[in-house]
Amino acid sequence: MRKQNLKAWLYLLPALVFLGVFMVYPLVDVLIYSMEQGYNSASGISYGVGLYNYSYVLHDPYFLQAIKNTFIIVIITVPLSTALALLISLGLNSIKKLKDLFQTLFFLPYVTNTLAVGLVFMIMFKKTPYSEGFINLLLKLVGIAPIDFIEGPYWAKMFVMCFYTIWVVLPFKILILTSALASVDEVYYKAARIDGTSRFRQFTAITLPMISPMIFYLIITGFIGAFKAYSDEVAIFGTDLNSAGMNTIVGYVYDMLYGDSGGYPSYASAAALILFAIVFTITIINLLISKKTSIK
Amino acid sequence: MKIRFEGLTKRFPNRNKKIKDDVVAVDNFTFEIPDGKLIGLLGPSGCGKSTALNLICGLETATEGKIFFDEDDVTDLPAENRGVGMVFQSYALYPHLTVKKNIMFPLQNLKGEEKMTKQQMEEKALEAAKIVQIEELMERKPSEMSGGQQQRVAIARALVKMPRVLLLDEPLSNLDARLRIQTREEIKRIQNTTKITTIFVTHDQEEAMSISDMIVVMKLGKINQIGKPQEVYDNPVNLFVAKFLGTPPINVFDGVIKGGKLYIGDEEIMGQSYVKGVKDQEVTVGIRPEGFILVPNEKGELDGKKGVFTVNLQAIEVMGRDTSVVFGHEKSEGRLRAIVSSDNAIDADSKVVKFNLNPKKVFVFSKETEERLV
Repeated sequence: MRKQNLKAWLYLLPALVFLGVFMVYPLVDVLIYSMEQGYNSASGISYGVGLYNYSYVLHDPYFLQAIKNTFIIVIITVPLSTALALLISLGLNSIKKLKDLFQTLFFLPYVTNTLAVGLVFMIMFKKTPYSEGFINLLLKLVGIAPIDFIEGPYWAKMFVMCFYTIWVVLPFKILILTSALASVDEVYYKAARIDGTSRFRQFTAITLPMISPMIFYLIITGFIGAFKAYSDEVAIFGTDLNSAGMNTIVGYVYDMLYGDSGGYPSYASAAALILFAIVFTITIINLLISKKTSIK
Repeated sequence: MKIRFEGLTKRFPNRNKKIKDDVVAVDNFTFEIPDGKLIGLLGPSGCGKSTALNLICGLETATEGKIFFDEDDVTDLPAENRGVGMVFQSYALYPHLTVKKNIMFPLQNLKGEEKMTKQQMEEKALEAAKIVQIEELMERKPSEMSGGQQQRVAIARALVKMPRVLLLDEPLSNLDARLRIQTREEIKRIQNTTKITTIFVTHDQEEAMSISDMIVVMKLGKINQIGKPQEVYDNPVNLFVAKFLGTPPINVFDGVIKGGKLYIGDEEIMGQSYVKGVKDQEVTVGIRPEGFILVPNEKGELDGKKGVFTVNLQAIEVMGRDTSVVFGHEKSEGRLRAIVSSDNAIDADSKVVKFNLNPKKVFVFSKETEERLV
C-alpha cells in the first residue's frame, strides 16, 4: 500500500513541480507582495506589512475609473454578445444553402489578430482634421453631427469599446452555439411539430433548455474574459489608457508594473487580487444560478 | 377511423447527384386501413415504411396521391391539424422535463376554445398515464427510467390528445428481448382499450405477426401483400413475402415442373393434382420448416427412412417441444431446417433423412418473376 502511494506521487511529480513553480508559487508571491508596504523590487526592501496597498489602490481614482470601465464593458458586452450569437446561430442553423460559407465568414474575425481588427475599428471611427471617418460619414447621411469616437466624449469611446469587444468575442460564441444547436436531436422537433408546438415554444421549451449548458459556459467564460480585458483597449486607444479614461483593471495592473508611472509591484498585486476576488465571486454566482435552473 | 390511400407516392432526389433518377420511397400506395385496427407495416430496412409513416403523420408531404382520414382529405394538412399521435423509435421524450410535463406538453399547445386549465391538463395526463400504467412515475425524469418505461411515457404522450390515429415507429427495437414480448402485448392491450386505429412500423416479422390485425408487407417502396398475418403466412404472393415471414425461415430449393409434376433434383415431390395448369418450366420451391412430415415405419416409429424427399442430415437440434432437423440439399444453398415432433426416432448418425411433404406448406414460384405459381 505504502509503496503504491509512493509510486503514485512519483507519477504526479512532474505535474506537481510545474504547477508548484508556475502557479502556486507566483500566487503566494503575489499575495505576499500585496501585503508588503512600499516594496521595491530593485532593493528588495519593504517598510511594513498590512492592507495599506489595498487601501491605496481602492482610493486611486485611476483604479476606480478602471473598475467602472471594466464593469460597464462586462455588463454590456457579455449579455449582448451571447444573445446576438444565439440569434445568428439560430439563423445559421435554419438556412440550408450557403450555410458553410456563412459559418466561415462569421468565424473569420476569430482568426484575425485583435490589434489588426482594432486598427480597422480605429480608422473607421476616428475623426481627424482631414477626414471624419467612415462611421461619421454614415451618421451624416442620417443627419447626425459627427462625433469623435476615439478622443471625444466618454460614452462615445465606451460605445466603440463595447462594439469592438462584442465583434471580437462573437465568432467563438457563434461557433459554440451553432454546434450546440446542431447537436439537438431533430426528432424532438418532429415530435413537437406533430403536437402542434409553435416555433416560439419549440425554442423556449426545447431548444433553450437543451443548449443551456453551453449558454452558461459562454456566459461564465464571457464574464471572465471581459473582466480580464486589456489588449482590446490598447488596440483602439493606445497604451496610455489612463489619460484616455479607458483603462481596465488588467490595464491598471500592467501600468503599475511596467507603465510610465510604474514600478509598484505591491499596488499591482493588490489590484490583481481584487480582480481575482471579483471574478471568483461572479463565477460562483453564475455556477449557482446554472445549477438551480438545470434542476428546474 | 378509416385511413385510405389513393396512389400515394413519395420520391426523393437521389443523394448521388450523378444519378438523375429519384429514389421512390413509397410507390403508388392504394389501400384502406379499417377503423380501430392494429396494422403492422412490415419490410426490410430501407423499404420506405418509415417514410410511409411520416406521410401519414404529415412530417413529409406526398409527391403524388392522396391520404384520407375517413372522408377528410388530409394530404396537404400540416401535421398538427391531422390529429395523429406518434411514438418515435428513440421515444423523443424531452430529457429536461418530468414524465408529467412530457405528457402534458401536447396539451399546452392547445389554443382558443380547446385551451385547458392546468388542472384539466393534469387530469388528462393522469388519465393517459393510467392507460399505460405509469401513474406512479409522474415526477421522474426520462433518464431515471428504463427503456420500457420510457416507451410507455412516449405512448402516453401520443395518446393524451386522444388522436384519431396512433403511429408507432419501430416501437420495440430499442428494448431487450424479454421486454419486447411484454411491450408488444402491452401495445395490443392499449390499442384494444382505446380502439384507436394504430399503425406500427417494424422490420421484425415476428413482432408484426404476433399482434397485428392486418399486416402490410413492403419491399422497395412497393406493397407486396396485405392481409391478416396468418393469411399472408399461409398464402404468400411471391418469394420475397414467403422468405420474409416465418422463423425459422422458409427453405428454398431449385425445382422443375416436368410433365405436370414437380421435381426437386430427381425426386418427384408433388403429383399432377398439385401443379395442374402450370406449364413445364424451372421454378423455385419454398417449403416451410413445419411442412416436412416423418412417415411412421411398421413399428410406428418416426425414423425418417421412408418418404418422397431425401435430404442430407447435418444435425439434430432438440428444442424441447419440437426437434429441429438441420440438413443440406444439392438443389439449395446453406443450412436448411425442418421442424418435427420431438418424439421422432431419427438416427442422428444416419447420412440421409426422408420426408413426406404437406402440400399446404409447399409453394412454387416462377424463377424469373418470383411470383407465386402454385
